[in-house]
Amino acid sequence: MSVSTRRFRWSAVLDHSILIIGSLIMILPVVMLLQMASTTDVHTMKNGPGLGFGDQLPVNFDKAMFKADGFSGENTGLRMLYNSMILGFGFAIGKIVIGMMAAYAIVYFRLKFATLAFWVIFTTLLLPLEVRILPSYEIVQKLGMLNTYQGLIIPLIASATATFFFRQFFRSVPEELVEAARIDGAGPIKFFVDILVPLSRTMVAAMFIIMFVYGWNQYLWPTMITTDEGMYTLVRGIKQITQALEGTNLPEYGRSNLLALIAILPPVLIVIFFQSWFVKGLTESDK
Amino acid sequence: MKRAGFSDRWLPVLFLLPQLTIIVIFFYWPAAHAVRSSFFLQDPFGFGETFVGIKNYTMLLDSASYLRAAWFTVIFVTLVTFLSLAIALLLAVKADKVIRGAKTYRTLLMWVYAVAPPVAGVIGLVLFDQSWGPIKDFVAQFGWDFRLGVNYFDTAFTLVVMSVWKQLPVNFIFFLSGLQSIPRSVREAALIDNRSAAGRFWDVTFPLLAPTGFFLLIINITYALFDTFGIFDTTFKGEPGNNPMTLVYKVYLDGFRGNDLGGSSAQSVILMVLVLALTIFQFRMVERRIHYT
Repeated sequence: MSVSTRRFRWSAVLDHSILIIGSLIMILPVVMLLQMASTTDVHTMKNGPGLGFGDQLPVNFDKAMFKADGFSGENTGLRMLYNSMILGFGFAIGKIVIGMMAAYAIVYFRLKFATLAFWVIFTTLLLPLEVRILPSYEIVQKLGMLNTYQGLIIPLIASATATFFFRQFFRSVPEELVEAARIDGAGPIKFFVDILVPLSRTMVAAMFIIMFVYGWNQYLWPTMITTDEGMYTLVRGIKQITQALEGTNLPEYGRSNLLALIAILPPVLIVIFFQSWFVKGLTESDK
Repeated sequence: MKRAGFSDRWLPVLFLLPQLTIIVIFFYWPAAHAVRSSFFLQDPFGFGETFVGIKNYTMLLDSASYLRAAWFTVIFVTLVTFLSLAIALLLAVKADKVIRGAKTYRTLLMWVYAVAPPVAGVIGLVLFDQSWGPIKDFVAQFGWDFRLGVNYFDTAFTLVVMSVWKQLPVNFIFFLSGLQSIPRSVREAALIDNRSAAGRFWDVTFPLLAPTGFFLLIINITYALFDTFGIFDTTFKGEPGNNPMTLVYKVYLDGFRGNDLGGSSAQSVILMVLVLALTIFQFRMVERRIHYT
């Protein structure tokens, strides 16, 4: 018996070692950014990332949030944070509202062109924005929406992931519910607003987290559509950060690394704190 | 459609209208535009265009840089997909097995999901920095003179490492949820039949995870093709030069920086066809997908 318990223990040690190594690989790179953001730029330029944390975090935070490096002086961290928030919330809310409405129409109404509408909508799942990036840019330009929040958000909404997700969910709602509502004299709008939407609360929360993170982390589209520095989001501004590391006399490692950390903080916190909703939404929406 | 639906005529149209409008303006119009532009040669200053038939396509297939990017894309996508799936599967199996600290491990292994790809690129720039990058210092001990941004292979190595790092959490989450949905009874039966843990894994767990794995395969290919753009762009620091790049990056580079609208549109159309083929393949496989439970 002692042999088997011993063997068991060894395998547990191995399991934990693998998991600990995996966790460290995930965490250490980000800790490294934090360490570099806590020392002076001269120190970082000479030594690179190290083990000792410095006391420069407040100084670098001040630079990151309130200093701009562009020509216009508008792309401060604070401004970019504000733009990122608008993009994250605008994208998530827009997508959920539009998706729920469309899914409701598809699932609960007898429509002549229901099949057509379904295919028109769900073809969008097939082609990501990246493959039609240039013509999309031209169209947004034609509509005069460059450097606007609408131009930033609306074209990103033109993919029906949320619609598909809510369609799946609405179909799983028992039919007795709508029958009962009709017998009680509820019309389609009352049923939607008073019954279906409250019933979808958890689903909406799960979808919101996924969409917020997705919108916040957009890079290519904001890079193309915003040339005005006052419109930069944090993630889009990262390009400027890396370019600023080149050429200048003393690269601002502290400021740039801290900006990168600020750019990942809100979505990371949301994913960690609302983990179970997030995992549920992710694993159920994509299948 | 539900059997007990409503029969209003205009209400559903009203509900569908926002979605349909956005899709038509920002999806079908650009997609059609791309197909059309791919048959024309545009003047870079906006003075008209000439119909050139399939010349944009034949020029692409003759272009050494395009074929080079295509090859790199194939190798890159294969490596990123295989490595991130394999490592995530190992971690998920272990995280499913341990009892103590299971929740902590789960959180620690999945939060990177929320990290934006360009930030992963920034991390790569630091880890592999020319003068003091920790990984560059480490491999230097084995005589590897690592030169990010200068050496083609070294740059490709950095891109693969950071792309895998960024993708591990998604695969981990799906594999773990797949593992946790395997019924207890199946596991116990396997435990009685098969004494060796490795044997149990390959004979029971792995086949049961196959649907998840297949689904993830498509997700990972799409990720490696499209979502890695931010990693590439920050790693190049805005100077792509002769660095390795994927087809998606090349669409952006030729069209947006190089002003070759026709050529870039032709590249877009090739990518569209590729993605469509991939999705149809996925649907057909899902239909035939074997369910064990």
